[in-house]
Amino acid sequence: MACSGCGCKERVNLLEVYPEKRRALDEYIDQLPLCEDMERQKGFLIGCLHKAQEIFGYLPLEVQECVGKRLRLQQSDIYGVISFYSFFTDQPVGKYKINVCTGTACFVRGADKILDGFKSALGLEDGQSSADLKFTLSTIRCVGACSLAPVVMVNDRVYGNVTPKMVSAIIKDCE
Amino acid sequence: MSDTITLWIDKQPITAIKGETILEAALRNGIEIPNLCYNKKVSHTASCRLCIVNIAGRPGAIPACTTPAEEGMTITCFSPALEKVRRTTLDLALSNHNDDCISCVKDASCQLQDLAFRYNLGFKDRQFPPIWEELNKTSDFSSQVLNYDASKCIQCKRCIKACSELQGKGVLTFVNRGIRTTVGTGYAEWKDSKCDGCGECAQICPVGAITVKQFYGPRTRIRQKDIERVVRTTCPYCGVGCQLDVATRRCFSEGVGSKDLMIQVTGADVVPNYGRTCVKGRFGLDFVTRPDRLKRPMIRKEGKLVEVEWPEAISYTAHRLSEIRAKHGPAAIAGLSSARCTNEENYLFQKFIRSSIGSPHIDHCARLCHASTVAGLAITLGSGAMTNSIAELEHASVILVTGSNTTETHPVIATYIKRAVLHHKAKLIVVDPREIDLCRFATLWLRQRNGTDIAWINGMVQAIIENGWENKAFIASHTENFDATREVMKKYDAKTVEHLTGIPAAQLVKAAKLFAQAKTASIVYSMGITQHAHGTDNVKAISNLALVAGQIGRESTGVNPLRGQNNVQGACDMGALPNVFPGYQKVDDATAHDKFATAWHNKHLPEKVGMTVTEIMGAAHDGTVKALYIMGENPMISDPDITHVKASLAHLECLIVQDIFLTETAELADVVLPASSFAEKTGTYTNTERRILPLARIVDPPGDARADWEIVQSLAQALGHAWNYDDTNDILREINALVPQYAGITPERLAAGERLQWPCPSVTHPGTRFLHKDGAFSRGKGLFSAVDHIAAKEQPCAEYPFVLNTGRMLYHYHTCSMTRRTEALPRYVKDAYMEMCKADCDALGVAHGEIVRVSSRRGAINIPVKLTEIVAVGSVFIPFHFAEAAANVLTNTAIDPTAKIPELKVCAVKIEKL
Repeated sequence: MACSGCGCKERVNLLEVYPEKRRALDEYIDQLPLCEDMERQKGFLIGCLHKAQEIFGYLPLEVQECVGKRLRLQQSDIYGVISFYSFFTDQPVGKYKINVCTGTACFVRGADKILDGFKSALGLEDGQSSADLKFTLSTIRCVGACSLAPVVMVNDRVYGNVTPKMVSAIIKDCE
Repeated sequence: MSDTITLWIDKQPITAIKGETILEAALRNGIEIPNLCYNKKVSHTASCRLCIVNIAGRPGAIPACTTPAEEGMTITCFSPALEKVRRTTLDLALSNHNDDCISCVKDASCQLQDLAFRYNLGFKDRQFPPIWEELNKTSDFSSQVLNYDASKCIQCKRCIKACSELQGKGVLTFVNRGIRTTVGTGYAEWKDSKCDGCGECAQICPVGAITVKQFYGPRTRIRQKDIERVVRTTCPYCGVGCQLDVATRRCFSEGVGSKDLMIQVTGADVVPNYGRTCVKGRFGLDFVTRPDRLKRPMIRKEGKLVEVEWPEAISYTAHRLSEIRAKHGPAAIAGLSSARCTNEENYLFQKFIRSSIGSPHIDHCARLCHASTVAGLAITLGSGAMTNSIAELEHASVILVTGSNTTETHPVIATYIKRAVLHHKAKLIVVDPREIDLCRFATLWLRQRNGTDIAWINGMVQAIIENGWENKAFIASHTENFDATREVMKKYDAKTVEHLTGIPAAQLVKAAKLFAQAKTASIVYSMGITQHAHGTDNVKAISNLALVAGQIGRESTGVNPLRGQNNVQGACDMGALPNVFPGYQKVDDATAHDKFATAWHNKHLPEKVGMTVTEIMGAAHDGTVKALYIMGENPMISDPDITHVKASLAHLECLIVQDIFLTETAELADVVLPASSFAEKTGTYTNTERRILPLARIVDPPGDARADWEIVQSLAQALGHAWNYDDTNDILREINALVPQYAGITPERLAAGERLQWPCPSVTHPGTRFLHKDGAFSRGKGLFSAVDHIAAKEQPCAEYPFVLNTGRMLYHYHTCSMTRRTEALPRYVKDAYMEMCKADCDALGVAHGEIVRVSSRRGAINIPVKLTEIVAVGSVFIPFHFAEAAANVLTNTAIDPTAKIPELKVCAVKIEKL
C-alpha cells in the first residue's frame, strides 16, 4: 500500500507503522464472543471491518488479512464484503471525508448543485482524494436525515439544509 | 416405507427419489429443464432462473433446482409463458456474455452455447444489445495454471462453490456488485492469492470463463472436440490414487513422428476422488513427454555412460550379477524396489531378488516413511494399513490429525477432512508443531515440541482413563495388556505432559474428552509420527489411544496412516520388504517359505530376514554388499545423510539403476535401464485405503524404454529362469494365488470395473471398507503397549540451537525427478527454501529470501530463508525435495530399533548468516 503520510510511492505496512492502532483492533476482536463454528464466525466480519476502517481510515490488504486471520476467514470472504458495500474502501482516504447525500430527498432539494460546489472548490471528482490526503469527496445514498435535505456529512458530523453558499464554510470548518 | 414418490410433470407421471429436487427428478427422467447454475455436486444457487416451473397451488414461477419434489405435485415445465420468460432470461445473459464462440476453448462444450442454440438466440434473434463490451470487467490471466475471462463469466457461482464446498479452500468469491460482479480472489491478482491451482473451478465452469492453461501436447489451445480418446487411469503422485481421465490426440512431433499424446487431464467422477484432483494430478503429468526421458539402455564404459542396445544391456547386467554372485555369494547382491511402480512390478522384483538371485536383501523406500506403521500396527492391531476408507473421513464426528500436513501431502484427502468440518459439523483436532493449513479448520490446535509425540498421546490416554471416559466394555472384550499399560500411563498427567510437550494441560484434556466421547472418531497420521528413532513406539501409542476410547473397527472410526506414494501400500503388500514374502507372510516362517518355494519352483529361497535400506547402504559402504539393483528410487536425495549414501554407492562393484530419468542416483550407475512411466504401461496400484486401482496404457513409451516388469523378466530369463509372463494380468493371477488378501482381486473383476479394497479373500468377496469390524482384530485382540516417552536422539544445544524438521510440500513430489520436469509446478515453487519465523530471522539479522548456511553434525547446505508464521520460534522446516539444498545432507541416521526408520523429522542444526 502506498505511503499515506508523505505521498511517496514506498509501500508501508500500516500494522507495523501504527502498532497502537493494531492493538486497538486486536482489543476489539478480543472482546468478541468468537466461536469454533466457522460459519458463525462470518457474522463478526462486518463489525470488525467497520472497526478497522474507523481505526485505520481505510482497509489496506494487510489490515484485511489481519482481520481474516483473527476470524479464520479467507481473503476472499473479506474482499467480497468490502467490494460489495460502498461504505468500505481499500484505498487511502482523506482526513476529512466529505459525503454529499444524493438520495432521493436530497437530490430533489438540489444535492447535485452542492456536489458541483464541492467539486469546484476542492478540484476533485466524485470518489477522489486530494494529493495531500486531506479531503475525500464522495456521494452516499441517504443518511436517514431527509427532513434536513440536502445533507452533507463530514466524517461523523452532519450538515443539514445545505446551500451552495455553505460549501466554502463547511470546508473551512474542517480546518 | 417406499423411498420413491410420484409427481406429475407436464401431465406425465414421474417417479422421484425422496429428497430429490424437482430438477434432479426431471433430469433423471430425461426431461431437459434448462439450467446453468445447477451442478449436482454443489449446493444450489437458483441464480440463473432458467429452471423455473409452475407448481399447481403455488403462486408464480419457482426454481426447480431448489424445490424438493413432493408426492402428487403437479408441475408445468414447458408452457409457452415459461418458455418465453426463459428465452428473455437467456437473452439477458447473452447480452452480458462475450459469445466469441469461434475462439473459445469451450466451443461445443459450453452450456450457454447449447441453450442459445436450443432457444434459437443467434445474434439477429436477440432483443438486447451486447452490453459486456462497455462494462470492461477485469479479467485475470495471472494464475499459473488458470485463465479467468470476466467477459464470459455468467456469475453462476459454480466455481466459488466448487472452491469452497468441494475443495474446502474458499479462495474464490464474487467481487463488486450488480452488473459489475466478477469472480475474484480478493487480491490484486489471482497469482497473489492462496489459490493452489487444483483447477476444480475450471472443471465446473459451464462456460469459457475459467479455463485451464494448456500444458499438454504441442498445441497451445485444445477444445473438447479436439480430443480423440479418453483413457481412465490412476494418478502417479501421492497415495490417494485419484482416478484421472486423460485425453489424447494423435500429434506429430519432431524426431518422434506421429504419435498419440496426452492433451488434457480431468478428475474422473468415481471413487476415491469423485472428480477432485490437486494441481499435480491435473497439471503435472507432462514429465511423461519430456525430451530427457531415458530412451536407451546405458552401460558405463571407460567411466562414461554409453547407450547400448537392449540385448547387450541385459546380458551385460546378468553377467555382472552372476559373476558377483559366484564370487561373493547371493547375499552380496541387494535390491531396492519402488513404491512408484505397480504391484505386479514389485511382486516380480522381489521374486527376482529372492528367487533368481537368491538374496534376502530386498527393501524399498517405505523404510523411510511408514516402516514404523507397518511394524507398529502389525503388532498392536494385526494389520499395518489404513483401517478406514478415505470417503469415510467425511462422516467422522471427530478427526484427530497429527504429523500430517494433509493439505499439501494428500490434497484430496484434505478435502474430505475439510468437508467433514464445513458440511457435517465435525470437530477437528490438529496436533502439529507447524501451523499447517488444517489449523484454520480445527476446533483445537495443539502445538507439541518436535519429537514429543508419545508424551502427548500418553497424556491423552491418561486423561481419558483418569476421567472415566474410556470404553470399558470394548477394553474388556476386545483388548489385552490394558492393566500393565495403565500403570505406565499414570506418569503422564496433563501437567507433566504440558512440561514435556508444551501443550497446555487444559487443551490436552479437552482434546481427550472430544476424542473419547465422539460417536465416530478417526485418527489420521503420517510422517510426523513415523519418522522418528522411536517411530514404532509412536505408532503403538496411537493405537493405545484408539483402543482405550474404543474408537476403532467401525465406519469412520479407526487409525489411518496416510501412505505417501502412489503405490507404497502395494509395494509393502507385495513383499518388497526384507522380512516378508508377498502378503506379509514371514520369510522365516517354514510354512510360508515352503509355499513360495513350491510356487516359484525354487528350493533355495533365502530363509533369513534381509537387510533394510539403511542397513544396505551401510553394508555397501563396508563392502559386504557388492551389487545393488535399484528400480525407480533415488536414494541420493531421499535417504538420510546423503554424503554417506554417495560414498556407499561409490563403493559398489555394480550399481544398476532402472528409472524414467537420469536421476542423481542413476548418474552414479554402471548400468542404466530405461523404464516406462505410469502412462505407458498396465498394472495396478494399491492406494492408501487398500484399494486396488488399475493403470491404463495411454501413450507409447519413448524410444526403446520398456515397462519395469518386462525388464525384470528379461534379466531373470538371462539368468536362466524360465519366466514367461505375457502381460501384467498373468502376474496379477499369480498374486491372486499367493497373496490371501488379494485372492479375489482378479484381472476379470478389475476389467468389470470393480475397485476393491483388500482383504478380499475370494472372487465373490466384496472387499473390505474398514478393518477390525466390531473389535475383531486381525491379530485377535487389540494389544495395548506400555510405551514411554523417549526424547529425540538429537536435542538442540549451544552449538546447534535450532530444531530442523523436514517434509513435503504441495507442488513437488519426493526427489523432484518428475515434478521439476513439468511446465506448471516449478512456476509455483522453483527452488529450495527454509521456513523460519520472524523472531528468529530478526535475531539472526536475516531477511526473507536471504541465503544462509545451515549445518548439522553431518553436513551443511546453503539455502534461502522463507519468512513465515507457520513454524515456531527455535525451529525451522526444509522440504526435502531439492537436490541443490538437500535437507537430507543434514538429517540424522539414528534409526528406530524395530522398524529401522531413520529420524528424519528431528535433528539439531545451526544457522549462520553468510
